[in-house]
Order: sequence, then C-alpha cells, then structure tokens
Amino acid sequence: MKKKLLTYILGLIVISIILGIILFSPLPSLIYPQFPLLGVFRRAVGILLLSAFLCLYRVLRGSTASDRIVSIDMLGILIIGFCAVLSISTRRNWYMDIGIAWALQSFISTLALAKFLEGKHFDE
Amino acid sequence: MLEVIGIVFIGIGLVFDLFGCLGLVRLPDVYNRLQAATKCVTFGTCSLLFGVFLILGFSPGGIKALLCIVFLLLTSPVSAHALARSSHKAGVKLWEGSVCDDYQN
Repeated sequence: MKKKLLTYILGLIVISIILGIILFSPLPSLIYPQFPLLGVFRRAVGILLLSAFLCLYRVLRGSTASDRIVSIDMLGILIIGFCAVLSISTRRNWYMDIGIAWALQSFISTLALAKFLEGKHFDE
Repeated sequence: MLEVIGIVFIGIGLVFDLFGCLGLVRLPDVYNRLQAATKCVTFGTCSLLFGVFLILGFSPGGIKALLCIVFLLLTSPVSAHALARSSHKAGVKLWEGSVCDDYQN
C-alpha cells in the first residue's frame, strides 16, 4: 500500500516537471517564425506530444490486447489534434485533409480489430 | 476577439486531452480506461477543432475542421461501444473492486 502511494507521487512529480519544461522553457520555435502567438502553438504541440507518450506507455505496458487497441485508437484521435494545430500554425489547409482521412481510417481499423478480438472473421 | 476565444477553446481541449491520457495510464481496468480515455479525448479534440474553426472563420480550413468534428462525433462512440462489447465477449476480467456487471446478466 505504501509502495503504491509512493509510485503515484513519483509519477505526479515526473509529469509536472515535464509540463513545467514544456510550458515555461524559452526555446524558439522552428515551425513558422513570422507568425504572432507563436508560443501558444509550440506549447500546444508539446502538450499533445506528452499525451501521445502517455498513450505509448500504455501500448508497451498494457496487460491485455484490448488495452493496446484502446490506446492505438486514442493515438489516432490525438493525431487529428496535431493536424489541427499545425494547420493554423503553418497556415496550410491540407493538414485538415489528413485529419479527416485519419478519422475515417482509424474508425474502420478499430472496428476490424474489435471484430478480430471477438473471434469472428472480418466478413461477418 | 474571435482569435482570443479560439485560443481559449484550444486550451480547454488540450487540458481535456492531457487528463484523458492520464486516465488511460492511471486507471486499473480496460473498461475504466475506455470510459476515461474515449470521452475525454474525443471532447478535447472536438473543442480544439472548434477553436481552429473560430480562428480560421469560413475559409476552406475552417469548414474542413467542422467536417472533422462531425466525423469524430459520429465514429468515436461507435468504436468505443464495439471495443467494450468485444473485450467482454473475449473474456477480459473486470477489476476486482468493481461493483456490478450488467452485461453478464
């Protein structure tokens, strides 16, 4: 019980340190240096990357197969958020095209994996 | 003014994304993780896309963002339901502290 509490507190400290580095570090952005409100989008990309690494931790560590499928689905939805942030920080429209295509393709692949987990074939 | 409101929406979406993925790491069971992660990440990404629509306005990028919101709201609950049903049928155990299992009866 005490070890479990210690693990939680350690994880909270590590995540808050990473969030502090993302939110308050003075690194310059490399994406589009002339655009105003630049730091907002750099911090947005940082927070989305932190969420993606948490999902990848569950992919590596997950005890059953459906855990891994859930976190792959969440990674697909996070990538749509990446495309949205990049489409305003670089002022190019076609990132949203990638987002729409990724949404539909991720839905189809998740349904197929769920059917496969249930033990049926793909055409039932 | 609309840009400021859009950035506030983007901030709300980022907070929901981060908390959803934290729940994906922290919670003890497949069903709990599905409950936390699907709702939080879907709502967070929809809020982020709505902020993008408020910033870009009725340009092609903004209309594509609205279309992406519609697709996400249509497809994400269906896939979450299919995943929960198939993992229950495949015999994934519930967490030992969970109270009732309505799908069993």
